[in-house]
Amino acid sequence: MRRRVLALAQIAPSLGDLGRNFVLHEEKVQESRSAGADLVIFPELSLTGYQLQDLAPEVAMRRDDSRLQTLAKLTVGGPSAVVSFVESTDDHRLFAAAALLEGGEVRHLARKCYLPTYGLFDERRFLAPGDAIRATRASLGGPVVRGDIGIGIGVCEDFWHPTLPAILAQDGAELLINVAAGPARGASVDADQGLGSAASWGTLLRSTAVLTTSFVAFTNRVGVDESLIFWGGSRVIGPDGTVIAEAPLFEEALLLAEIDLDEVARARTALPLLRDERLELTRREFDRIIATRADLDEA
Amino acid sequence: MSGNPSRAPHDELAIDPEMVADMCRAFITSHVASTGAERVVLGLSGGIDSALVAYLTAAAIGPNRLVTVLMPTGSSSPSSKADAETIVSDLGCPSELISIEAPLAALLANLPQGESVSPVRRGNMAARLRMTTLYDRSALHRGVVIGTGNKSEILIGYSTIYGDAASAFNPIGDLYKTQVRELSRHVGVPAQIIAKAPSADLWPGQTDEGEGGFDYPTLDRVLYRIVDRRLPLEDVIAEGFDRDFVLRVSEMIRRSEFKRQMPPIAKVGGRSSGSDYLYPRRRPKLD
Repeated sequence: MRRRVLALAQIAPSLGDLGRNFVLHEEKVQESRSAGADLVIFPELSLTGYQLQDLAPEVAMRRDDSRLQTLAKLTVGGPSAVVSFVESTDDHRLFAAAALLEGGEVRHLARKCYLPTYGLFDERRFLAPGDAIRATRASLGGPVVRGDIGIGIGVCEDFWHPTLPAILAQDGAELLINVAAGPARGASVDADQGLGSAASWGTLLRSTAVLTTSFVAFTNRVGVDESLIFWGGSRVIGPDGTVIAEAPLFEEALLLAEIDLDEVARARTALPLLRDERLELTRREFDRIIATRADLDEA
Repeated sequence: MSGNPSRAPHDELAIDPEMVADMCRAFITSHVASTGAERVVLGLSGGIDSALVAYLTAAAIGPNRLVTVLMPTGSSSPSSKADAETIVSDLGCPSELISIEAPLAALLANLPQGESVSPVRRGNMAARLRMTTLYDRSALHRGVVIGTGNKSEILIGYSTIYGDAASAFNPIGDLYKTQVRELSRHVGVPAQIIAKAPSADLWPGQTDEGEGGFDYPTLDRVLYRIVDRRLPLEDVIAEGFDRDFVLRVSEMIRRSEFKRQMPPIAKVGGRSSGSDYLYPRRRPKLD
């Protein structure tokens, strides 16, 4: 059995206050260790805060930043951690990145590919979009009986483009992780949980779990940046779409959930959607549409 | 008269008041913390908007950190003052009574001889004197001034720019008046304050709905369609709302856009406030 305990750290980062946020991360990693967690997952831009605007370059860190390395050291002996920050690169681009820290080092980095720049969002103005979608393998602290665990990380809006979790699952992910800074909007009794954003995310996450026959762990932040109030509601969903654990709205929480990754194999035997996916068909049709849009198709 | 479709309206503006109260309190707590203020300073009129903000603030940071300021003029209704005092005693928060009658009279006396002053100008003067008083009290109390404008009045521009519209932050500015009433019931605002007709209290017997020629439930449903749902006016009218009323609401929104924005700064240099110098309002010192 590949059982793992996940801890979803539904925190309220302080906008632009790296020092304070690093301390908060250290506390939550320790707390997760005490609770027996194998992996603790922080929300989007957990180390920097979300509504940074021109602060983004000032709080940006390279992936080998010493502060990040120090935090990574805490993962020796578990739990592993997914943390998020503004990553700066040699060519001076900035990304909204999520890093998997394990065994004392940064093992994997996912850069947000889809930067919402509409409505209340203005991310593309300040950040560059990632250009890679890659799953990775990690042991997540627990006893490795039959190999490591396939993990795919997306940052918030990434999952609203269903090709992204689909590619992660095809690339080997069994556990899909979404780190989010989702602002509340659309308060209405007509919406599930009284909140439009909670209702639409709830539908999306369960659908993503079912369509990829994967576990989905969603950590959304709480707290306030400027006008935005982040709604929390972090949750873990099984490969059949069942909500296994769910954190409250708007309150800080450390949500614990035990999952058995062997369930993924059983789910995919019962419902072989990934096996039946037709990548070449999908690619062919996308190629055709791309060519048509660029007016390259032979009439 | 504003039109009202005959069929029973679906309550599309209904909110979960418990959840929205949580949101507003989290917003207040966070902004008070990020400003480093010791207190919140609130102009308490006796009306529902400032009453709601008083209850939310007291619950968020404690009534002892809420300083309410009652600022009547000579023409303010005695019942407004009585309602404000009811709130103060119910919450057990500090309060100050600072009449703005004398400074208002001084401003009026200072005008060129024989110049008559319209009620709107007089109302704007009073609103800006209250703003001046609140910002001064906030300096004394190491506080921040909290805003109390609601979404309905913000959208139609029924406010005085740099007067009642001025604040450090506003927890209820995205709630329609209808929603303000629902939330007020939930957080314990006294029933008589919720029940009475909304009024800017600029002259005896004035009501928003009488002066503006609308009722809030209808106004809110029209605003919701035009603003939140982005419906074309013809579609709103086709639902049964009175054509003249819908056009008038649309016109009020159009004419008050400037009230919802910071004034533009002429861009001359390389990096300019509001254009390409964009920081969070409060930011920590970086190492």
